[in-house]
Amino acid sequence: MICSQCQERDAVVHLTQIVDNSVTQVHLCEKCAAERGIETNVALPKHPLGDFLQAVQQQATQMPGDAARCSYCGTSLRDFRTSGRLGCARCYGAFEQSLKDLLRRVHGNAVHVGRSYAGADEPALERDATLAALKLQLDSAVRGEEFELAASLRDQIRALE
Amino acid sequence: MPLDLSLLPDGGVPWLAASGEHADIVLSSRVRLARNLAGFNFSARERDGERLRILAQVRDALPRIPSLARGMVLRMDELTPLDRAVLRERHLVSRELVGGDAGAELRPASAIVVSDTAGVMVNEEDHLRLQVFRSGFDMASALATAVLVDREIGSQLPLAFHREFGFLTSCPTNTGTGLRASVLVHLPALVLTQEIGKVLQGLQQMGLTHRGLYGEGSEVVGSFFQVSNQTTLGRAEEELTEHLARVIRRLVDQEVAARKVLVRDAGYIIEDKLWRAYGTLRYARSLTSDEAMNLLSGVRLAVSLKLLGGLSVYTLNKLLVFGQSAHLAHQAGRTLSDSEAAIARARFVRTVLANDAKAEG
Repeated sequence: MICSQCQERDAVVHLTQIVDNSVTQVHLCEKCAAERGIETNVALPKHPLGDFLQAVQQQATQMPGDAARCSYCGTSLRDFRTSGRLGCARCYGAFEQSLKDLLRRVHGNAVHVGRSYAGADEPALERDATLAALKLQLDSAVRGEEFELAASLRDQIRALE
Repeated sequence: MPLDLSLLPDGGVPWLAASGEHADIVLSSRVRLARNLAGFNFSARERDGERLRILAQVRDALPRIPSLARGMVLRMDELTPLDRAVLRERHLVSRELVGGDAGAELRPASAIVVSDTAGVMVNEEDHLRLQVFRSGFDMASALATAVLVDREIGSQLPLAFHREFGFLTSCPTNTGTGLRASVLVHLPALVLTQEIGKVLQGLQQMGLTHRGLYGEGSEVVGSFFQVSNQTTLGRAEEELTEHLARVIRRLVDQEVAARKVLVRDAGYIIEDKLWRAYGTLRYARSLTSDEAMNLLSGVRLAVSLKLLGGLSVYTLNKLLVFGQSAHLAHQAGRTLSDSEAAIARARFVRTVLANDAKAEG
């Protein structure tokens, strides 16, 4: 159904009006409904983050970049506004400005303080693998009573640990 | 084949032990960290194949994550609805992970890893939800363990992290530290003296929120409240948990003060009420879940006030969790109707209480 006001967009709000005892039906799109001051956020899913989503919604209606999409996962700011969920880690970059404002409103702050992360630890992975191999060699050295070799292996293990 | 709960490290519920500070008022402390693997969509967007790959990647890494290496991996879609409900009653899985109360929205490759150190939900709202529980009031140790396990996970799996926003999560309300610290508290005297409304309002003003025993969307029954932090960004992990701990300490003081007022001003009324609660639990032939919870709340208060001896807080904790519907059905080996569950519950509670009374001699 097309919006009865702009005749362009899909109608999402259906109003039954009673004027002088006659009933009329009005079908409006989200934008025209908002212009008439009709609340459209009743369609929001019931969510523990109601206030927060409200904030997102206000945010998004102010933002012309509503249709902006994350180039990686395809989530749009509008999708986020309805679900309250981002699509992937890169959405944070794609919607950085909107998110900054939002995070500030939700958390009172938009900059992370606390534990940092430097990426999966490749050298540590390698070290663990070396350690495992050395321990196996140590086992067989001890069993074979090669004590000099065992002592040297033990030193290497200690150094790594 | 039904899940053998005895195989879970400590049954997955070491936090019922009733050890730790203020264990009669503070049942448990929990720290949860939300993490996502780099390179995958968040769960709302991801396809089934992606979810399976995430689970596979986590499984591959497990042997190299010391705190989880000896853990058990359970896939939700390989369990019966009843087993999933049992895990939920033990707080090991969230409503989200098991696809809602009826399991209707269960998605493939949702899983948990349970070790004696920590639990990790895989493919929840975020790829990883690490949980560490402690019995009683022990936020600091829960955080220390969570941080340790997180570091081990982070060294083996690439995580989504942003220099400015911190750990990235599906919902921006978790972004930053990804940390939700929560404490399960029993506040019957504040409820009875009708101070609770004011207290809960105060929590809100201090950036904290409260829920029922089973977290998001669950009702407050039996004066059991789960209190947790609301914001996750802009303050360090320790700061967030210490803030919560400070408020809880004050909350415990307020509860203790309210108990004194109750005993002073309405001593015999309270005593009568609590003994009646005990009497009902001890002899009833049918108990609904809410009824049992409310009566247990009364008996818990009686034990804490030392009006009622010979009953341990540990027993009460066990009754609270093991007396829930899914546990009773699991015990019976089949699903139970509401009235069958009520009868089974009354029998279970009766037996446990009678045993404790016998032990007391």
